[in-house]
Amino acid sequence: MSSRYSRYVVRRFLGAIIAVFAILTINFFIFRILPGNPIELLFRNPRLTDEQIRALEAQFGLDKPLIDQYFIYLINVFQGNLGLSFFYRQPVTSVLMPRMINSLILVLPSTLAAIALGIVAGLISAWRRGSKTDVSILLIGMSLYSLPTFWLGGIFILLSIYYLHLPVSGMLTYGAVYSSWTDLLIDFLRHFILPFITLTLVMFGEFMIIMRNTLIDVLTEDYVTVAIAKGLSQTKILRDYALRNAMLPTISIIAINLGLVVAGAVLTETVFSWPGVGRLIYDAILNRDYPILQGAFLFITISVVIANLIADLLYGLLDPRVRYG
Amino acid sequence: MILGSSVKKFFKDIRELWIIYKNNRLGVAGLFIVLFFITIALLAPFISRYSPEQTDPSAYLEPPSFQHWFGTNEVGQDLFSLNVYGARISLLVGFSAALIAVFIGSLIGLVSGYYGGLLDEILMRITDFFLVVPPIILMIIIGSILGSSLMNVIIVIGILSWSPTARVVRSMVLSIKEWPYVEAIKALGGSDKRIIFRHILPNTTSVIYANMALSASNAIFSHAAMVFLGVGDVNDLSWGMILHYAFASGALSSGCWWYFVPPGIFIVLLIFGFVLIGFSLEELFNPKLRKI
Repeated sequence: MSSRYSRYVVRRFLGAIIAVFAILTINFFIFRILPGNPIELLFRNPRLTDEQIRALEAQFGLDKPLIDQYFIYLINVFQGNLGLSFFYRQPVTSVLMPRMINSLILVLPSTLAAIALGIVAGLISAWRRGSKTDVSILLIGMSLYSLPTFWLGGIFILLSIYYLHLPVSGMLTYGAVYSSWTDLLIDFLRHFILPFITLTLVMFGEFMIIMRNTLIDVLTEDYVTVAIAKGLSQTKILRDYALRNAMLPTISIIAINLGLVVAGAVLTETVFSWPGVGRLIYDAILNRDYPILQGAFLFITISVVIANLIADLLYGLLDPRVRYG
Repeated sequence: MILGSSVKKFFKDIRELWIIYKNNRLGVAGLFIVLFFITIALLAPFISRYSPEQTDPSAYLEPPSFQHWFGTNEVGQDLFSLNVYGARISLLVGFSAALIAVFIGSLIGLVSGYYGGLLDEILMRITDFFLVVPPIILMIIIGSILGSSLMNVIIVIGILSWSPTARVVRSMVLSIKEWPYVEAIKALGGSDKRIIFRHILPNTTSVIYANMALSASNAIFSHAAMVFLGVGDVNDLSWGMILHYAFASGALSSGCWWYFVPPGIFIVLLIFGFVLIGFSLEELFNPKLRKI
């Protein structure tokens, strides 16, 4: 580890911490610029007694000036206290946690599948640039990129109603009793397959275009021309020269586009009633459940910042110019 | 006088751009798609056979027929007319939000790239922040809080989508400001404002046009997604609204494909048109991407 790399790590960590504070601040002020009383918004719950409201007021410091409220809010967040959901009548944190896990179950496999497919298609497309194969792959990629996630999901629901006969809502059949683990797994997979395909396809379009453009940049470099002139085999050029050098920009661009993954997930979960954070957001909009919206926003943005930090650190490890500068 | 000559210059630029652009077949296709939808939006009252508000109590959720080409919805409105009128809001949102986004993005990119230093560092951190934080989530939250008038939705989309433009413009400015002629103008005593707007900006217009098209496609997508999720005015007739009601009313899960399929196809086509234009412009100005 050179001192340059440690400096790089410190810079990235500082950046991430600043981003988290920016998110917390935005989150605080967005919900304070609302017209009306924040107590009404934060605790609009008809079943609260006067005593409970006073306790909550004291906890969130709503009788104090705005700046004090801000620090009380920060302390509350770091203690994992995000307020009460109007709708579920539970602390926001305990509503969010299980939803987060359900979201990851859907999002992680789809993202990995989309990246893998995107790399393969982008590679073929870039290598055969200008050919019919390239144009058709590019057209498919652009069409998938233009597809609204929720519409594609809806199309799969229609297909399922008329042809596929797969379940289109939830993670498991509601109220089902399973005789064995395999039964449970099969039921889960039947629910999983359509949202998985939807999310993968939508991200694939984006990743494929990124991969193709990065590879074209690499393939026009002098060392690739030299490799071709030396008569090296196609596989060797692609694997050892092009892919290796295209990996770095791809990692950073994918990290920047993680917001896209989140957007795709929110819409896919909504359409398929997948019980993740995305569906939670949709329900919270319908129920005007602001504490949940606020909490979900915080969760998602902070996870994206952390994922970005990981990608940045990985980038630094892989790039010798950062490692030994 | 000045206005007249700059308008003339603008049309000259466009003409010159067109001479190169028209050889890009995908780009021309994209342009035709967008023009097609603009025509439909303008001629909506002449194309549709029913008023979009008109309900027919005897025809709920009917599949396509000669009376109703795209069938009817759950309150008996003619879906063909709804889809035709829906083009108006989608285009309006696309163009106006893209204008806001590209205006802010170009300004920040120009200032950040030209002045450099601490200002650049701060502006780019802010830009990164908006690139990383998923805009759609912020849009949903701000939109659902601010209230859902069409104006609010356009402003929210515009304000949250400028960061890609800012990044690209900044990187162009970084190289342009090193060109000898910029130095020459500086030596002649040209002010910063003059250098930025008279000498650097014209060299970035190509990238700005490309980003305009891509921003428009993003704005149309974001608007449809917001309205679909129930943020934004569901009374403003748009394709996203038709999809929202098709989903929320349960028509989708009972298999009414004629309700759900057409608006999506229109959104895809329009976005695809803008994406084609954007990518073609990018390809024209980036020699590495141009086919040899």
